[in-house]
Amino acid sequence: MRAASDAAAETPVRAPVQYLAGGTTLVDLMKLDVMRPAQLVDITRLQAPGLHSIEAGRDGLRIGALATMRQVADHPAVRRDYPVLSDAMWLAASPQIRNMARTGGNVLQRTRCAYFRDISWPCNKREPGSGCSALEGQNRWHAVLGTSESCIASYPGDWATALVALDATVHTLAPRGARSLPFARLHRLPGQTPHIETVLAPGELITGFSVPAAPFMRRSLYLKVRDRESYEFALASAAVALDLDGETVRQVRIGLGGPVAVPWRAREAEAALAGRPLTEANALAAARAAFAGARPREHNAFRIPLGEQTLVRALMQAKTMEVAS
Amino acid sequence: MDEDTPGRADLSRRKFLLSGSAGAAIPLTMGAPDQAAAQGRLPRAGTAPAGGSMPLVLQVNGTEHRLNLDPRTTLLDALREHVGLAGSKKGCDHGQCGACTVLAGGERVLSCLTLAVQAQGRPVVTIEGLAQGDALHPMQQAFIDNDAFQCGYCTPGQIMSAVACVQEGRASNDAEIREYMSGNLCRCAAYPNIVAAVREAAPRMRRT
Repeated sequence: MRAASDAAAETPVRAPVQYLAGGTTLVDLMKLDVMRPAQLVDITRLQAPGLHSIEAGRDGLRIGALATMRQVADHPAVRRDYPVLSDAMWLAASPQIRNMARTGGNVLQRTRCAYFRDISWPCNKREPGSGCSALEGQNRWHAVLGTSESCIASYPGDWATALVALDATVHTLAPRGARSLPFARLHRLPGQTPHIETVLAPGELITGFSVPAAPFMRRSLYLKVRDRESYEFALASAAVALDLDGETVRQVRIGLGGPVAVPWRAREAEAALAGRPLTEANALAAARAAFAGARPREHNAFRIPLGEQTLVRALMQAKTMEVAS
Repeated sequence: MDEDTPGRADLSRRKFLLSGSAGAAIPLTMGAPDQAAAQGRLPRAGTAPAGGSMPLVLQVNGTEHRLNLDPRTTLLDALREHVGLAGSKKGCDHGQCGACTVLAGGERVLSCLTLAVQAQGRPVVTIEGLAQGDALHPMQQAFIDNDAFQCGYCTPGQIMSAVACVQEGRASNDAEIREYMSGNLCRCAAYPNIVAAVREAAPRMRRT
C-alpha cells in the first residue's frame, strides 16, 4: 500500500467535480472507492430544450442526454425506424437500471474489469503507471480489439455499439461553448493512457445525440450473446444496419461490442461486404476481416470465433427481416 | 414506520437487522487528493462537504419525512436507517441483485444506487406501503399463495418489481414476466413460483 500523499503526487486529479445523472455507474464506483469525486452536481433536473426528449424527424433522430434508457428502448418511432437503437437499449441492464440510467451517462459507463473495480489490484486505468493485472490474470472478460500493453479492459456498453455503427453525432456543452463531434471520436483507445477514456474536456457535458436518417436504418438489429439469458454484459455483440438490393449489399453499417476496448466500428467488414451478395460465406469472410487484428490473451481467445459467428448471425438475421418500404 | 401495520410484532427483529446492516455499510469516500486539499482548493479526503449534512424531505408511502442527512446517503440507507423501514433489503449494495427495489415517482429503481437527495419530489413506495391496513396487496397475496419465497431475503424487491412489471404492462406471458423480472436475482431458485405469482396477480391488479 502506498501513502495517500504518494498517490496524490503521482495521480492526476480525476475530475474532482462529477456530473451525476442516473448514478448507476458513478454511485457504484464511489462505494468501491474507485471514483472519488470531491463534489457531485446533480444534473437530472436541468431544463434545457431537447435535454430530456427524443425527437424523430425526416432528417433523423435527436436524443437528449437525460432521456432514460427505457425511453429510448420503448420509443415507438425508435422501435419502428431505428430498431438497432431500441434493441441495444432493451437488451441492456435491467428494468430498474433502464429507468434510472440516462443516455449521456450510458455511453460513459466505465469498464467492468474486476481489477479496475477492486482497488487492491494494480490498474493503469485507475492508477496510471501502476500496471495491468489483467494481462496475465483472469482475462476471460477482457478485450481482443483495440487493446494495448497498458490495458485490455473492455468497454461494457451496448448502445454505443449501435451509435458508432450509425455515424451518430454527440453534442456537448463545455465552458467554452457547444460543440458536436462524430460519436466514433468520443472514446479514446487505451494506448499508454488508458485512464483518459474520452476526448471530453473537464466540465464538458454531453447534451445529446443525433443519428441521421439513412436507407439502412429500418433493416437493423442488435444481437447480444451472453452467459445468461438476461441482465448480463455481452460476451459478444453486433449492431448491424443493412441496405439491400435483392441479395446484394448496397450499404452496411457494423458495430461490434463485447471484447472491444472502445465502441468498435468494423469498417473492414463493411468494405468486405459492399457490393457483394449477402451469403453466409461472404458474411463469414467479412467477420474474419473484422477480427483480423484481434490479440487474444490466455482466457479470452474464444471470444474471437464467438464474435465472428455473432456477426454472421446478425447479418443473416437482418437479411431476413421484413421491412416496410 | 406506521405503528399500526401488521409488521409491528416484528420490531425487535427489524432493529437487529438495522444494526447489522449499519455495520456492513460501505462508506462513500469523497476523497480528493490530499495535496489538492492542502492547497485549500478541495475538501479533505473523507470529509463531507461544508456542514456535513443537509436537510431533505422524502415522501415515503404517503408520509412526509424531514431528514438531515449526509448528502452521500443512498435512498436505501435513508429508508432503512433513518426512516425506519427495513423492508427494502441491502443485498449486494451495488445495483446487481434488485433486493433494494422501490418505486420512485411510480417507476421501479434501485434504492442502493439512488442518492436520497435525488429522491426528493418523487413519492417513494416501499414494500411496507403496499398493503391497505390488514388487506394485503394482490401481489403480496399471490406470492404467499404460490409459495414464491424461500429464504425470503429477495422477496420485498421481487414483489416491488412484480408490481411494476404488471403496471408497465409486461406481464402478458411467462417469457415476458421472466424478462421483466430479470433485474431481481434469487439464489434459492424460487423463480418458477415467482412467475406463477405474477401471472396470478396481474388480472387482480388490473381489477383494483
